[in-house]
Amino acid sequence: MKLDAKIPSGPLELKWDKHRSDLKLIAPANKRKCDVIIVGTGLAGASAAASLGELGYNVKVFCFQDSPRRAHSVAAQGGINAAKNYQNDGDSIYRLFYDTIKGGDFRSREANVFRLAQLSLNIIDQCVAQGVPFARDYGGLLDNRSFGGAQVSRTFYARGQTGQQLLLGAYQSMMRQVAHGRVKLYPRTDMLDLVLINGHAKGIIVRDLITGEISSVAGDAVILATGGYSNVFFLSTNAKGCNVSAIYRAYKKGALFANPCFTQIHPTCIPVSGDYQSKLTLMSESLRNDGRIWVPKKPGDTRHPNDIPEDERDYFLERKYPSYGNLAPRDIASRAAKEVCDEERGVGPGGRGVYLDFSEAIKRLGKRKISERYGNLFEMYERITGENGYEQPMRIYPAPHYTMGGLWVDYNLMSNIPGLFVLGEANFSDHGANRLGASALMQGLADGYFIIPYTIGHYFATAKEPKSSVNNPEFKKAEKDVVNMIKKLLSVKGKRSAVSFHKELGRVMWDNVGMTRSRQSLETALKRVPEIRDEFWQNVIVSGVNETLNQDLENTIRIADFLEFAELLALDALEREESCGGHFRVEYQENGEAKRNDEQFAYVAAWEYQGIGNKPILHKEPLYYEYVQMATRSYKSMTDLL
Amino acid sequence: MNLTLKVWRQKDASSQGYLETIEAKDINQYMSFLEMLDVVNEHLIVEGKEPISFESDCREGICGACSCAINGKPHGGHKGTTTCQLHMRYFKDGDTIVIEPWRSRAFPVIKDLIVDRSAFDRIIQAGGYISVNTGGAHDANSIPVSKEIAETAMDAAACIGCGACVASCKNGSAMLFVAAKVSHLNLLPQGKPEKDYRVKNMVTQMDEEGFGNCTNIGSCAEVCPKEVDLKFIAKMNRDYGLAILKGESRHKPDTISIQAELSELPID
Ligand SMILES: Cc1cc2nc3c(=O)[nH]c(=O)nc-3n(C[C@H](O)[C@H](O)[C@H](O)COP(=O)(O)OP(=O)(O)OC[C@H]3O[C@@H](n4cnc5c(N)ncnc54)[C@H](O)[C@@H]3O)c2cc1C
Ligand code: FES
Repeated sequence: MKLDAKIPSGPLELKWDKHRSDLKLIAPANKRKCDVIIVGTGLAGASAAASLGELGYNVKVFCFQDSPRRAHSVAAQGGINAAKNYQNDGDSIYRLFYDTIKGGDFRSREANVFRLAQLSLNIIDQCVAQGVPFARDYGGLLDNRSFGGAQVSRTFYARGQTGQQLLLGAYQSMMRQVAHGRVKLYPRTDMLDLVLINGHAKGIIVRDLITGEISSVAGDAVILATGGYSNVFFLSTNAKGCNVSAIYRAYKKGALFANPCFTQIHPTCIPVSGDYQSKLTLMSESLRNDGRIWVPKKPGDTRHPNDIPEDERDYFLERKYPSYGNLAPRDIASRAAKEVCDEERGVGPGGRGVYLDFSEAIKRLGKRKISERYGNLFEMYERITGENGYEQPMRIYPAPHYTMGGLWVDYNLMSNIPGLFVLGEANFSDHGANRLGASALMQGLADGYFIIPYTIGHYFATAKEPKSSVNNPEFKKAEKDVVNMIKKLLSVKGKRSAVSFHKELGRVMWDNVGMTRSRQSLETALKRVPEIRDEFWQNVIVSGVNETLNQDLENTIRIADFLEFAELLALDALEREESCGGHFRVEYQENGEAKRNDEQFAYVAAWEYQGIGNKPILHKEPLYYEYVQMATRSYKSMTDLL
Repeated sequence: MNLTLKVWRQKDASSQGYLETIEAKDINQYMSFLEMLDVVNEHLIVEGKEPISFESDCREGICGACSCAINGKPHGGHKGTTTCQLHMRYFKDGDTIVIEPWRSRAFPVIKDLIVDRSAFDRIIQAGGYISVNTGGAHDANSIPVSKEIAETAMDAAACIGCGACVASCKNGSAMLFVAAKVSHLNLLPQGKPEKDYRVKNMVTQMDEEGFGNCTNIGSCAEVCPKEVDLKFIAKMNRDYGLAILKGESRHKPDTISIQAELSELPID
């Protein structure tokens, strides 16, 4: 299979403009005849639904929550980037582009990332017009903060609830289209399969989560905006329902899965407290703007943090990365925290934590300013730990958070299956091997508001596929497969709950495929995952029946998919014999820093499914850099400023 | 610690519900309330019994999915806390905890602790938005908004749509939810042009959904996990009164968008 990213020709700055004028249009009267299926109502899905509805398409939108407003985007705290340069601190589209490419450790496409940086400007304008209450300064203009991996202040925020406010903006715009009859909502519905007809994506199979009814939905194109797969680690900052199922089922139908091993561990989460734990809570990275990260210099120091004098503290990020200090990119900050804990300098129960200290910022700015900026995060921390972050440093530790990998898409955000588009965290497109803070929201909205409205029209104008009907045998067959899979799960009637398998899988993945990876650990994972999966299919017990609201069944189906997908993730990590971004292979390092191998691995790894337990086929999309030099991603020196 | 749970069990919307007694053993104080229910459910599943259905997703107090009244109080009654953020350190060994779904005519029970809150989506659909199509927005800084207004709008916009306000109200009123959205949008300059339509349409939809009247008791704001202030209800009442005075009838949203309207014209 030849992978064609369809990157437009011409100079970088003009590619998207040129492409937009080259894309074929579809007459308004014909848009009404096109049925678009969107799975997902997060930033990516809701913004796409609103925009496509406005254009006159017939849109059907699905999500598993009871309301689209609860999609996991709602939980994003910190902010959204845009190269507005309102602060006059030297930001530009080019700089945001460069920061993102570099932050991604030179494993993303130049053309995609440049477009993202360009569109960042429109996103902020759009959101403000919708009434998103971004923070403002006393003059009434928009305020910014800085975020990891950047030396300019370009992050727009709405207290610690930026994701919520952006999502509500997109949701409200979508609901306006529901009122107009252009968008039809299907909440409490799980997508369980993708249906292809004549090689094109033509519909999905869904399960009604209240009645258990399995049915087919036909359309002229399918958009997946189903979010990330961090829950393969069981414990992550993602919501309980986040899953890989939708994109994994598409993968099983022939869509290529790109860079599954590029997962991001977030440095500032509340440490694990026990094995009953159901998820980890993120403290927004924006805290690193004003908080200083440290551990005691002495191993095993059990003194209260406030009793440890300045000269006995190791501000390890400031020491190792003087130019970025506490704002070093996520992967670097996470590994540095693991390192100091491995040296037994970690703090809190179990020694898996580092301090995040606000005392200096409080002295400098006053408690009021700090609480204005991060008040709700301090409250959240106190609610969970019972400790007051204003009076003593918080404790933080890294946790799985975001997945850069996802379904392979071309410049039009279309997968290798014609008519299947993938947006937001579910695709692999823009973040390379590591995502910078505040860039996921930007990407989700760029995809949904400003890219898909153009590219989907081109597909309809050029593909000219006949309409499909749910009576097509392909739909009947896919429905039957889903019904059989559910029957099989319910008939195992074993002794272990599905969650116990998920926890076991998560531990194997965190220990072997987590923050650091080695050939040996990956081989262990590749051996253990199929064993767990086998036992699952022989020994899982699922309560109840299909024909009712059955949360245990919903969850078990998702876990079954994680148990297959985990193997793909580990395999990709094994084959990528280099360290880059969030993927750190202990064999490939130099003076403790990740060592990339551009000669052999400057490509996108896109995997093609070959059946359960069979090795998938690897397709490579080479990455070319015409405008930036593939520098070593150093955050150490002051001269590293380009 | 060991606890006795009295949990509302109801097979489906049309069945009768009842309180079932379930023992929760070996619960530790660091667990969240929902983690306690997870542990109980895992036991039930392995014993071949039906686990308790309850809603949750983010488990960090922002998605608004989790609900249930704990000992009669929505979200358990701790200031600014959702059920998913409630921790077991507030309970002690031997406690009996009564767990029930939201009770309100407009929120029918679907199963156990899960209720249907889609009425909220329909209220938003009736006018909880600013009519602006994608593309073509002005530069974001072209409309200055005073910090005070922006902060107040944000206070209102913080609502997570969980429905605790309705559940706490003896009349089952949704005024706080509706007022939060009306105030968020009506306060901002971007939202002013549609101010009157918005408030009238949303209030009318609220009434049609079967929510009760507001009698200014204030229990809604007390249980609101995002501490949305009662003052927004007063603001909404003012906006509503003004809109009625201006005398416009209920505005139907333009049933077709502008783009779609264009498509009615012959093209090609
Ligand atoms: C705690 C946290 C904080 C974050 N903070 C920031 C931040 O400050 N800045 C930033 O830029 N990024 C942040 N991120 C990342 C960012 O929030 C996400 O990457 C982004 O919101 C994902 O949006 P999405 O639209 O792709 O998917 P989501 O918002 O996850 O939406 C997925 C949608 O798909 C639906 N869905 C999924 N599977 C199925 C299925 N099988 N069937 C039917 N429907 C399905 C869901 O119902 C949901 O509607 C944060 C992430 C987390 C976890
Ligand atoms: S689960 Fe999201 S608010 Fe409680």
